[in-house]
Amino acid sequence: MTSTNSADVLIGIRDLKVDFRLDRTTTSQAVKGISFDIPVNSTVALVGESGSGKSVTALAILGLLPKENSTVPAASRILYGGRNLLALAPGDLQKLRGANISMIFQEPMSSLNPVFTVGFQLTEVLTRHLGMSGRQARVRALELLREVGIPDPETKIDAYPFQLSGGQQQRVMIAIAIACEPKLLIADEPTTALDVTIQKQILELIAALQKRLRMSVLFITHDLALVGEIADYVVVMRDGEIKEQGKVEQIFEAPQDPYTRALLLCRPQLTRRPRRLPVIDDFLKPGPPLAGGALEERTRGLRGDEDIILEVRHLSKSFYSREGLFGKREFKAVKDVSFKVARGKTLGIVGESGSGKTTVALTLLRLRGESSGEALFDGKDLLAIPPKEMMLYKRRIQIVFQNPYASLNPRFTIGQLLMEPLQVHRIGSSESERRDRVYKLLEEVGLPEVSFFKYPHEFSGGQRQRIAIARCLTMQPEVLICDEAVSALDVSVQAQVLNLLQDLQDEHHMSYIFISHDLAVVKYMADQVMVMNEGEVVEVANSDDIYRNPQHPYTKKLLSSIPQGWRRRSPAF
Amino acid sequence: MTQAAAAVAIGVQRAESPGLWTLAWRRFCRDRVGLASFLIVVFFFGLMTASGLHLVAADWSKEVGDNYAPPTFMGPAVPDRSLAAPQSTGAGSADVSNPFDPLAGVLAEIRAESGAASIAEATAPTLVFGADKWGRDVLKKTIKGTETSMFVGLVAAFLAAFLATVFGALAGYYGGWIDDFFNWFYSVFTSIPYLLLILAIAAVLNQKGTLTVILILGLTGWTGIFRLVRAEYLKHKVREYIQAADAIGASHARRMFVHILPNVSHVILVQLSLHVVLFIKSEVVLSFLGFGVGVDTVSWGSMLNEAQSELILGYWWQLVAATVAMALLVTGFSLFTDALRDALDPKLK
Repeated sequence: MTSTNSADVLIGIRDLKVDFRLDRTTTSQAVKGISFDIPVNSTVALVGESGSGKSVTALAILGLLPKENSTVPAASRILYGGRNLLALAPGDLQKLRGANISMIFQEPMSSLNPVFTVGFQLTEVLTRHLGMSGRQARVRALELLREVGIPDPETKIDAYPFQLSGGQQQRVMIAIAIACEPKLLIADEPTTALDVTIQKQILELIAALQKRLRMSVLFITHDLALVGEIADYVVVMRDGEIKEQGKVEQIFEAPQDPYTRALLLCRPQLTRRPRRLPVIDDFLKPGPPLAGGALEERTRGLRGDEDIILEVRHLSKSFYSREGLFGKREFKAVKDVSFKVARGKTLGIVGESGSGKTTVALTLLRLRGESSGEALFDGKDLLAIPPKEMMLYKRRIQIVFQNPYASLNPRFTIGQLLMEPLQVHRIGSSESERRDRVYKLLEEVGLPEVSFFKYPHEFSGGQRQRIAIARCLTMQPEVLICDEAVSALDVSVQAQVLNLLQDLQDEHHMSYIFISHDLAVVKYMADQVMVMNEGEVVEVANSDDIYRNPQHPYTKKLLSSIPQGWRRRSPAF
Repeated sequence: MTQAAAAVAIGVQRAESPGLWTLAWRRFCRDRVGLASFLIVVFFFGLMTASGLHLVAADWSKEVGDNYAPPTFMGPAVPDRSLAAPQSTGAGSADVSNPFDPLAGVLAEIRAESGAASIAEATAPTLVFGADKWGRDVLKKTIKGTETSMFVGLVAAFLAAFLATVFGALAGYYGGWIDDFFNWFYSVFTSIPYLLLILAIAAVLNQKGTLTVILILGLTGWTGIFRLVRAEYLKHKVREYIQAADAIGASHARRMFVHILPNVSHVILVQLSLHVVLFIKSEVVLSFLGFGVGVDTVSWGSMLNEAQSELILGYWWQLVAATVAMALLVTGFSLFTDALRDALDPKLK
């Protein structure tokens, strides 16, 4: 990057600083003086966790920073063809934006205007920036849709965004972005909202387009594993600073910065299963980072003679939508699902969005209306017992939700949140006894006692997930369902929460039902893995077996879609 | 650290840890217009309370001035025979004896009985902000009117917000036929023309008075808030934190009023203060039309009602007093509501 010739540099970023004004007195530095180059005809990956300033950098390149509360010092420069983009007049910048630099966003569903057809939104760009006539633009739009791999473009061009799948919407966004054949395409987490199989297709599409159109791509992501597959250069950011930058093979094979090394190793890998995942702090403190539990392997799997705590038989769940005056249409979310959960072991449920994995969890807890089938918990059918009796079982089976920002009531203090289950179930004889219990739990999940009086908004995502876990633990459940419990967390925080869950299982011998779309995480956590697709169980097996020797074609497809990180690429890719 | 020391440390931390309301209050304090309007509202509240406790304007109904005595800054009225005949005769009617008055003897007797005190209480030719037809101090009357109008507005708004919250919570939370029922009820209520509905309720209650006005406004005014509260409950009942509450075994009532209510309370609060303004204006309209408070009480509406006949004669002060007071409060309250919404609404993480 710094070593490249200045003639090959498309965009040079020099000492970029961005400050955000939070209120009258406080400002926060989102980007603290970074410099890197984007060479011509190559892919640069900007990697970092949330709050690292990677998206702000992209917005600064596009001149899309919010004017009212952001400031960029005059010394910062973004050089494009000898001109400083930060000092450009708004009119010039807009011309540049459409024709030379374009962007695709994370959420295709909200980036496309829902009330216009795909064709309208695509031709608008063409007529605006390239001055094409309506007829020309339509012909070109069809070409573009074909180029991004939309099946049957002649009919899809007149479709509204909601009539397309998520992957197709992202393809349309890419078509709009490349419509003017830009020199630079900025992709801000373009696959984060998509399923793993779709993610692979989109990545391949972006890589192929980059080669064919000879453009540069600035690929922004939190996932280092993705980067290995498509980037030429990697820039690792943390807290607004660049930690390390270099060629992709250098970053993956000989990372210099401890933070980069931590990012590479914090994520569960398919090849290893250490007793404890390394966390960022292990790398930042002196001494050898990998020691003790991080080096020992953990063996998982069921032998077949374990004590079964929960047995689900023929679980089905349908949703109905009204159709016409009296009719209703049935949608089968879960079809005839059976599985067993062993005491003290973890069942992983894997599937893409819409596979029914969350519905299974919510149905077990009776959070989702009526259903058919039975769920035997200690010999009692959870789905059939009267609500009064269910209260007894609610203590014993608990759930941690995906989004720690939504699952804690923002108007309750942590103390209130943790005391509530104790009060509802009348656990503990007095208020002070309950309070002691809560303090002990806070300590167990690694939060200071003062958290008791704080509100959820004062905590980070990982801390909130700890609170959610502590809340379940107040009732000492025997089965804990983790519904995508670490999916919303940064890689480093994810490792901490996974370690916590593992420690708690080792100590309390809880059973987990671990639901995730992330196959590597499930491989790390689960003894047994159940693969679901469109409401049906596709395959159930011990986790090592299923990853080593998948039987069902769908399982094979899923496994082949996992980003492999960096490996020496064959020239064909 | 010992247990006690830990408790102290935690107690210290507690003071530093702002809740959502504290954060909202801090945001509110940063809004200068909001703060100024808040002071106006506080002033009016103080006025209302003082008047209610008979600390000020307790003697508002005393006839202390000449009939239609002008405000002090205008000076005493110049007798203008050709135009303002009733004024000149009115001022001196106690002394001028009519030889053909059949009641002259009786009146003289009453006057003698009421003693020297009332005779000594000479009426003033001018008052701070003038006098009404009976020589009552317009300023005191306005203060008393403020009390009535604000009281009616506040209590009616609380009643409406209470009804709306209960109905909206039930409808939004349970859905199904309960929701259908309340929506049907809402549709019926809103399909009747407003004034017709008010007249109907006034006819049913069959008496004039402050309580009647409160009931009329409260029973008819819940519909708008109901819609909003219902929508908020629809939104919140599927949120994960409610599912989490269900999972730990919290009852329906607990989820509805302990979990969701604090999260929608800012909506209700803003609606409440909007409706205070609305109901103050409605009370004025009702009293103006003659469906409002009784004759023995004074409100801004009844003052305006009197003012329409006075204005023709050129006595503008009662109109101005009531209008200014109302405009000040209504504007202040509206700005306060805006600031309140700005302070409470920003999406907290």
